[in-house]
Amino acid sequence: MLNRRPLSYYLLSTFFAAFLLFLYGPMICVYLLSFQGPEGGMSFPMRGFSLVWFETLFSAQGRGVGDLHNSFFRSIRLGLIVALLTMLIGVAAGMSFRRKYPGSNFVFYSAIASMVVPGIFVGFGISLTLRLLGLRPDWWYSGIGAQLTWSLPFAMLIMFIILGRLDKSYEEAATDLGASSAQRFQYVILPLILPGVIGIIMAGFTSSYEESARAGLNIGTGNTMPMELTGLLGAATTPVMFAVGTLTTLFMFSIVIATLLVSGSIAKRRQLRLTAH
Amino acid sequence: MMSPRAASWLQATPFAIIMTGLVIVPLAMIFAVSFMDYGFAEIIPEFYLGNWTDIFRSDLAVATYATVLRQAFIVWGVTLLLGFTIAYYLIYHVRSNFWRAIFLAACAIPFWTSGPIRMISWVPLLGREGLVNQALMGLNLIDEPISWLLYSEFSVIVVYINMLTMAMVGPIANSMAKISPAVVQAARDQGATEWQVITEVIIPLIKPGIAVGTIFIVTAVMGDGFLVRAMSGNQVNTPAVAIMNEINAFQFPPAAAKSVVLLVVVMAFVGVLLRLVDIRKELAR
Repeated sequence: MLNRRPLSYYLLSTFFAAFLLFLYGPMICVYLLSFQGPEGGMSFPMRGFSLVWFETLFSAQGRGVGDLHNSFFRSIRLGLIVALLTMLIGVAAGMSFRRKYPGSNFVFYSAIASMVVPGIFVGFGISLTLRLLGLRPDWWYSGIGAQLTWSLPFAMLIMFIILGRLDKSYEEAATDLGASSAQRFQYVILPLILPGVIGIIMAGFTSSYEESARAGLNIGTGNTMPMELTGLLGAATTPVMFAVGTLTTLFMFSIVIATLLVSGSIAKRRQLRLTAH
Repeated sequence: MMSPRAASWLQATPFAIIMTGLVIVPLAMIFAVSFMDYGFAEIIPEFYLGNWTDIFRSDLAVATYATVLRQAFIVWGVTLLLGFTIAYYLIYHVRSNFWRAIFLAACAIPFWTSGPIRMISWVPLLGREGLVNQALMGLNLIDEPISWLLYSEFSVIVVYINMLTMAMVGPIANSMAKISPAVVQAARDQGATEWQVITEVIIPLIKPGIAVGTIFIVTAVMGDGFLVRAMSGNQVNTPAVAIMNEINAFQFPPAAAKSVVLLVVVMAFVGVLLRLVDIRKELAR
């Protein structure tokens, strides 16, 4: 660009840098302080440098970490199932919107409602309903169901956006060539929306992994990760929680990178196939 | 061969069942239970208005609504200002798509750390021995640590702003990206200053984005109890916190009545904003 940047560009760049500092500052504190020495506390300065808080986290007598190990695996299990169901139910519902049908507005606005109603009310309502029906909440039905009310609207929105951009002529070409509706979906639509479908799986997993307002009252016995962490916050006096933060962030980081790699390789393979023909 | 309409219904059925059975019916149940009597840890299915009269009779309960409205207003104002400025910078000043994507990704990465950890991450910054107090003491601006930085309404609002600003940036940036560059260029060619372009061209065109962002922010603040509890050290009381406390004490009908009041406020607000913007059209665009 040849034309000179106006003064406002430099002011706004500084502003944006300050905002990034505001976002990252607390996180950097967590990562640094998780390597705090054994004598150190939850604030700076660092008193030495050690892995002692990670050891505390994994040792049998790890104090201040509650039932984190089990709750982590419960969250993973829940997240995987919610992600899978979100993908199946969300993609199907998204496909339904490609035609106008009576009731489509109900489906759309019920999802918007579920998205904007604060989570505790959905969770509280489900738990009241179970109580009046005389049912005991358990993770495999009410826990999963409560989280689907949160993950499905996002799946629907993602489908809305990707189907809105889908060029209908591909499909029409397939129909003209005699493809059945199943073939049309398998060979034409699915490959085109695959990146979005992976996005839905990812959104389903992360929204479940982070969610506790809806699932909390309906999960039955055994906390999930965010519930357990929230419970431990008030009593936290050592940097062990920061060690949890560093490790769980690394975990999320690897999931996101893996997703990007998978999407990337799919796109590459498709490109190869296109050039081969 | 199935008719197209039947196929659409079949595709939408599981989704519709979940939304009906797990959102609409449960919300109706809250409404019904708010009119029921209660004993210790049980709901007595008899008509009882006490849950409702208690809310409006108690100054404490009314004060919690005032508190949450104040918080929502402050957080909304600040996130709108920050969100607009950042979105404007990303769309109109960052010229390459590559850097725009990098900057947006950079804003998303901190959210990969889970919520509770992001809350406790403020202890080393805002605590009595935190960096902010250390810095202020080091500069001899204060003699003793400021205690209201953490576990106060101040820290509640700071953390809300930290967690929610991106929810405002997203919709506003999305609306801005849809404004045709020709419109902005035409205004510039007519001699409009940057400030005039912002106030006369951009702001009127991004109203849908502002409405969607506002919905995100206001519903998040009004319905949250976890963040308020953690960041205020249980010192600030909002309706959501009161509801959570009553649920934990198995007092379901009064919790239900408080929930209905809050829900009506939130949904009325969302309803007004949705009149200003057609989300379905916005998404398909």
